[in-house]
Amino acid sequence: MRDFEYKAPATIDEAVTLLAERGSEARVLAGGTDIIVQLREGLKEAGLVVDVKKIPELMSLTWRDDGGLDIGGAVPCHVLYNDTKVVNAYPAITDSAKIIGGWQIQGRASLGGNLCNSSPAADSIPALIVESAACRIAGPEGERHVPVQEFCTAPGANVLTEGEMLVSLALPPVGESSGSRYMRFIPRNEMDIAVTGAGAWLRLGEGGETVEEARLALSAVAPTPVVADEAQAWLQGKPATEESFAEAGDIARKAAAPISDMRGPADYRTHLVGVLVKRALNGALGRARGGDRNPVTPSGINLC
Amino acid sequence: MSENFNHAQIIKDPEDNYKILGTRPVRHDGVDKVTGRAVYANDVQLQGLVEAAILRSPEAHARILSIDTSEAEAHPGVLAVTTSADFPDLGDKVANLGEGPVNLAHLAANCLAKDKVLYKGHAVAAVAAQNVHIAREALDLIKVEYEPLPVITDALEAMKDGAPLLHEGLLTNLVPGGGKAETPSNVSDHHHFKRGDTEAAFEAAHIVVEREFTTQTVHQGYIEPHAATAHWNQDGQLTVWASTQGSFSAREQTSEVLQVPISKVKVIPCEIGGGFGGKIPVYLEPVAAVLSRKCGRPVKIQMTRDGVFEGTGPTPASFMRIKLGVDETGKMTAGEAWLAYDTGAFPGGVIGPGVMCVFSCYDIEHANIDGYDVCVNKPWTKAYRAPGSTHVAYAIESVVDELAEKLEMDPIDLRLLNAAREGTKRVDGPVYPRIGLIETLEAAKNHDHYKSPLEGPNRGRGVAAGFWFNIGLKSAATAHVNADGTVTLLEGSTDIGGTRTSISMQLAETLGIAAEDINPKVADTDSVGYTDITGGSRVTFATGLAAVEVGKDIISQMKGRAAKLWECEAADVEFSDGVFSQEDNSISFKELCAKLNTTGGLITARASVDPQGFTNGFGVHICDLEVDVETGKVQILRYTALQDAGKAIHPSYVEGQMQGGSVQGIGWALNEEYLFDEKGHMLNPTMLDYRMPTALDVPMIDTVIIEVPNPSHPFGVRGVGETPIVPPPGAIANAVKNATGIRMTDLPMSPPRVHSAIMENGNGTS
Repeated sequence: MRDFEYKAPATIDEAVTLLAERGSEARVLAGGTDIIVQLREGLKEAGLVVDVKKIPELMSLTWRDDGGLDIGGAVPCHVLYNDTKVVNAYPAITDSAKIIGGWQIQGRASLGGNLCNSSPAADSIPALIVESAACRIAGPEGERHVPVQEFCTAPGANVLTEGEMLVSLALPPVGESSGSRYMRFIPRNEMDIAVTGAGAWLRLGEGGETVEEARLALSAVAPTPVVADEAQAWLQGKPATEESFAEAGDIARKAAAPISDMRGPADYRTHLVGVLVKRALNGALGRARGGDRNPVTPSGINLC
Repeated sequence: MSENFNHAQIIKDPEDNYKILGTRPVRHDGVDKVTGRAVYANDVQLQGLVEAAILRSPEAHARILSIDTSEAEAHPGVLAVTTSADFPDLGDKVANLGEGPVNLAHLAANCLAKDKVLYKGHAVAAVAAQNVHIAREALDLIKVEYEPLPVITDALEAMKDGAPLLHEGLLTNLVPGGGKAETPSNVSDHHHFKRGDTEAAFEAAHIVVEREFTTQTVHQGYIEPHAATAHWNQDGQLTVWASTQGSFSAREQTSEVLQVPISKVKVIPCEIGGGFGGKIPVYLEPVAAVLSRKCGRPVKIQMTRDGVFEGTGPTPASFMRIKLGVDETGKMTAGEAWLAYDTGAFPGGVIGPGVMCVFSCYDIEHANIDGYDVCVNKPWTKAYRAPGSTHVAYAIESVVDELAEKLEMDPIDLRLLNAAREGTKRVDGPVYPRIGLIETLEAAKNHDHYKSPLEGPNRGRGVAAGFWFNIGLKSAATAHVNADGTVTLLEGSTDIGGTRTSISMQLAETLGIAAEDINPKVADTDSVGYTDITGGSRVTFATGLAAVEVGKDIISQMKGRAAKLWECEAADVEFSDGVFSQEDNSISFKELCAKLNTTGGLITARASVDPQGFTNGFGVHICDLEVDVETGKVQILRYTALQDAGKAIHPSYVEGQMQGGSVQGIGWALNEEYLFDEKGHMLNPTMLDYRMPTALDVPMIDTVIIEVPNPSHPFGVRGVGETPIVPPPGAIANAVKNATGIRMTDLPMSPPRVHSAIMENGNGTS
């Protein structure tokens, strides 16, 4: 690891100016749980590290007048899952916040950082996609908004250009009869990267027996997190049953184009898409019907 | 210690009435460890210290055509660069370094590659610089020209005729009996034991089961990476601070690799953050020493985690074929084992104990065992907690389970019927002294865990037994008796498992004083008598014995002092329960200590031992688990480990060994494995992707300590550290079979493997 400069600006303008001046040698530090490791292991280099945690907007949770929520780009995971209002409104997101690293990591790591690291296996991204989150991006040319599902472009790459930074994630207000769930499969019960992950969101029709609308997103099965378009479209109007969810899982497998690596063989990952989509839809259904936001197994292991 | 702590059940020997042994005093090194004051190898700080980094081979098998270090040497901040050219030529010298003979040329060539690199991650060069960042930068400036050679990572492939040879002149050692094969091959050792007539016995058997098993390379996974500091003084005296399981062994290895007299090398053992057998060989010590000689400064090297995975000795992958026959009653009549372990890059692996352990739990009249150590392009395998035994226990215990099913017998009853006991002769020759396998199996059968019904879909229960030797080897101890009634104890066993305390307690019991009145120190190689490695489950047994002998010497000397006070013969002074007496006179140990200075001065005592009365450790494990049939993931629900400890000196540490070993075995069974690509590159050299169990992956491991005293130790001690890793893969495989109807014959039983087995078997549950 080479020596680098460290700056901690107090405003977005200041940060953007620094990032624009230093171009590709500047790196943003939020929680630092990815960038510090990458610098230390020589996977990335930096001449300047810009710590954004001193910028108030990056560290705040703001409930907007329309009922939606803005999550500052550097808000650590523990703030999200320890906030009952957030857990009740966007449970898929807090599902993911609870499983990014261990407790110590969750004290620092942020959803914004997880998104900007743009790993295909990122846990928060499918959750943000199914909750219809949008990115508020600041840059030398001003501000722009990009839906999370369009943010990642390749492994480790995204739409941010030199001088730009993620300010916050905007979530729409929560509608009636809706629920969400993010689940991943890992060989252990903690401290692993998703072999496959699936986020599901659904809204039930009147009477609560049919799916009015569904959103499904997958991780670790393609170069970027992907939306399972066909499966989510197919679910519309279907009965909210185990059978429908299993079939949606089967259809969702078509959206997967995984590789084989040390985390799992490709065919196994594709198989897991079916299992996880079914289970995540079941979890979302339970929550849409007012069920528990924090399911725990009998052995005490949090399934999220 | 908290009353709420869930202590082991202890099934005691009825004769047992010890005062100190069996209690749970706070460990002597506890405060230093929990406050962070304990000095580990990477904590060493010295005036003028510089740091070094190791250049590792990117190829798994290649000839080194040239190494150009000139640019690295010229890099600002670099103080010295070394390659194997700085090591003396060792020819084919073989030295006995504690646990067995080691070819010194191989040991040196593993520290720094000579003409060939034999595995990805093989150390090639090292740079010392003002700090480790500069040293790492300079590594990129070293130009190594490689000529790639064919890579072979599978033992069975490497055994085939025409396989590329790692060592061109390697002739197989034939064991026992000696001699060598005539044609070179990758097979470094072939062990063969036979007794009786297996062919006829299989012919006559009621049921014969034959199965093939494989296991993958696994690492000890100690939390502390290897680290060493060396200071080569101008007077030629070399001091080494090391994370090692044996300071004397590290001294011998360093002295031999560098060809400097042993008296010129002092090794100071630091605290050790786990070893499990992996910290017996030297990797860094000779390299740091040569760098220090070159630059005149103390040099510290700490391995990176990927360096640990790729450059140090894991335990081998294996292929095993086991055949077992029983008569109508379930009595085992014939056994056959064909085993191939990979040794990694250099000859000399752990097939020896594998061969000795395969049938070690059972009394089988007719048996035939062949075992092969095979060189492949992987890191040189090393000991890992009961080295070689876990492999074969997984295989044999799976076959025994299948026989129990076929015989419709309770699996513990089948084991009880065939269990080794006092007088049973192992296939490789030794006859068992008093051992406690029967008692351990009975305790398992009577345990609440085994008697509780297991309900619910896809759940299963499995049991397995396991065996490991204890070794004796040499130990020394010295004690100084202080005027305040305490005793300072110097011993040379690096403390991995709480042995300062287990040794001190034996001295305290001998002297009739409190464990807290002993002040134990693990001393360096200049400050205590020769002591072999911390390994082979030997320290509490053998160094404990040295402490007992020291205690006897102290008592004898103090009897003389009492005699002086009472003007009587020393032979007339009695000692019992910490009190010296003669007729109406009596004085406590502590009171007499206060009078030592006026009766001839304070007392020093010492002992060196080389005990032969070492014995054997047996364990039985019970495991309940649930299989997620949609994903293949296995969740352990309940786990009980039972073991004959002889005498549990400090029961908490015995429980800790049983729990720690069980968890390592669970990891080996479920997820741990080295994954290699076709070039022989390890894909997962990180703690993230080399998946050892986390706290959430295992339940509380219940323990039952059975005490069947070892007749050859004054307190009945048996070694306990290694046996607990042996049964888990077998117990888990048997439980998976019970849960799903599928017998998993390949480790690890990772989710993709279990899932694909379920799919192949039509998703059926039995």
